[in-house]
Amino acid sequence: MAAALEAKKQGIQRVVLLERDFELGGILPQCIHDGFGLLSYGESMTGSGYAQKYIDEIKKTDIEVFLETMVLEIADDKKIYACNSTNGIIEIQCGAMILAMGCRERTAGQILLHGYRPQGIMTAGSVQRYINIEGYLPGKKAVILGSGDIGLIMARRMALEGIEVKGVYEVMPYPGGLTRNIVQCLQDYDIPLHLSHTVTRVHGKHSMEGVTVAELDGSGNPVGGTEKFIQCDLLVLAVGLIPENELSANAGIELDQKTKGPVLDEDYMTSIPGIFVAGNVSVVFDLVDYVSESGRIAANGAVKYLRGEIPGDLKYRNVNCGNDIGFVVPQRIKYCEGEKNVTFFMRVREPRKKVTLICDDPEHEILNKHYQAVVPPEMLACKARISGMGDITLRVEEGS
Amino acid sequence: MKNTYTCIVCPMSCQITVEEEGEDLAVSGYTCKRGRKYAVNEHRSPKRMVTSTVRVENGILRRLPVVSNAEIPKSKMTECLKAVYAAAVSAPVKCGDIVISNICDTGVDIIASRDIDLFPESKKQ
Repeated sequence: MAAALEAKKQGIQRVVLLERDFELGGILPQCIHDGFGLLSYGESMTGSGYAQKYIDEIKKTDIEVFLETMVLEIADDKKIYACNSTNGIIEIQCGAMILAMGCRERTAGQILLHGYRPQGIMTAGSVQRYINIEGYLPGKKAVILGSGDIGLIMARRMALEGIEVKGVYEVMPYPGGLTRNIVQCLQDYDIPLHLSHTVTRVHGKHSMEGVTVAELDGSGNPVGGTEKFIQCDLLVLAVGLIPENELSANAGIELDQKTKGPVLDEDYMTSIPGIFVAGNVSVVFDLVDYVSESGRIAANGAVKYLRGEIPGDLKYRNVNCGNDIGFVVPQRIKYCEGEKNVTFFMRVREPRKKVTLICDDPEHEILNKHYQAVVPPEMLACKARISGMGDITLRVEEGS
Repeated sequence: MKNTYTCIVCPMSCQITVEEEGEDLAVSGYTCKRGRKYAVNEHRSPKRMVTSTVRVENGILRRLPVVSNAEIPKSKMTECLKAVYAAAVSAPVKCGDIVISNICDTGVDIIASRDIDLFPESKKQ
């Protein structure tokens, strides 16, 4: 929606928005908790309220919205095939295309969860949809695996709805979510958090009878004798998000193994000129403000492309991950004369205190920024003025 | 009374201890002023936002997400939630509509946090 609105604002005549769901907003309508929009609006909105603002803006424009429409294929020459029950198969020839498919949750199969697959194993997002949109309670006693923000938010949500939350189990020795959520979602409701723990087995063939949890040693293996059976009828999986790039991969777009999203340049253009990405499909962002901002960047890129301002023979400077940087977007920058402003989004690998973030190329130091503390759940966003040539490296060093 | 709070102002996550010494508070473990203020507020009068859903009649969805327009005292959370769960609205609803005004005498209103349109007659069976 942010990309569509920006494209319209920049004077693009025909903007078409294809949405699979029955309404716009993606995952936001089921995120009824507050904390959205702090950076862009200076107030703490709910996810549904944030989406509503954009939906209202879209309604004021002549952006063509197709709901309950599934995109089947991105064909060559920027042609899209989609379908819905009113129009049948739809063929759209685009001048430029912005992908905004968001991300997907990792499932029980992807974490090699042992045991049967009885009813009651659900991702945190599914539980969120059942409770907040459909109005159903999916269980009475819950165990949460994974301490990412969605898992923590759902711990509170379930506690408020009268589900007994028996504990949150996290494989890593530190929490996956923000401290704010540890305090306000777990501590407020006396929900225990067990670090370096995992679910080693699911019990029950048709209905869930419970799970076995165990402590993990330094190399991630269960410690013998620490296994404990917990009776529950709901296992909530909050074990990470992956950008949804099935359409992009089929279209032949180059993906980055670190972000699991397309390799991007500073206009959020992919390896296929004219195809751009916006939001969590490019990399899993932690703030909705960054998601909307990436949409505006992609839209401006698409506008430049449509106006022929992006040259055909592109030369790139790579952006590399140095010490303790897990990933960075954009992964490369178009070589150009003069200076340009680029915002880098990155995550550190480990929590550390008093560090310096350094961005440099073989010739100069571009940026040097001190942080009191950095943690993996909190994305670092930093603006840099880029000039010259040669590859750019971002790294974190001890001390400030 | 002595309590320890995990500061949520920044990723430092300082462990701040607040101890009552008569009328005064002895605060230790903080790194910045914002952290001190946070710990004192958490000790004296912790406040939280309320977010939940209420029943909707004749809407395209069954639940309306609602949010408080300001923070309420944490001690009144259970009471406020009871009032929220007892409430029901009729579609259509507009984002920002007041669902419960002055909930449990806190001076805070509970408002709708999205639009919910009327379920169209044509789709009824």
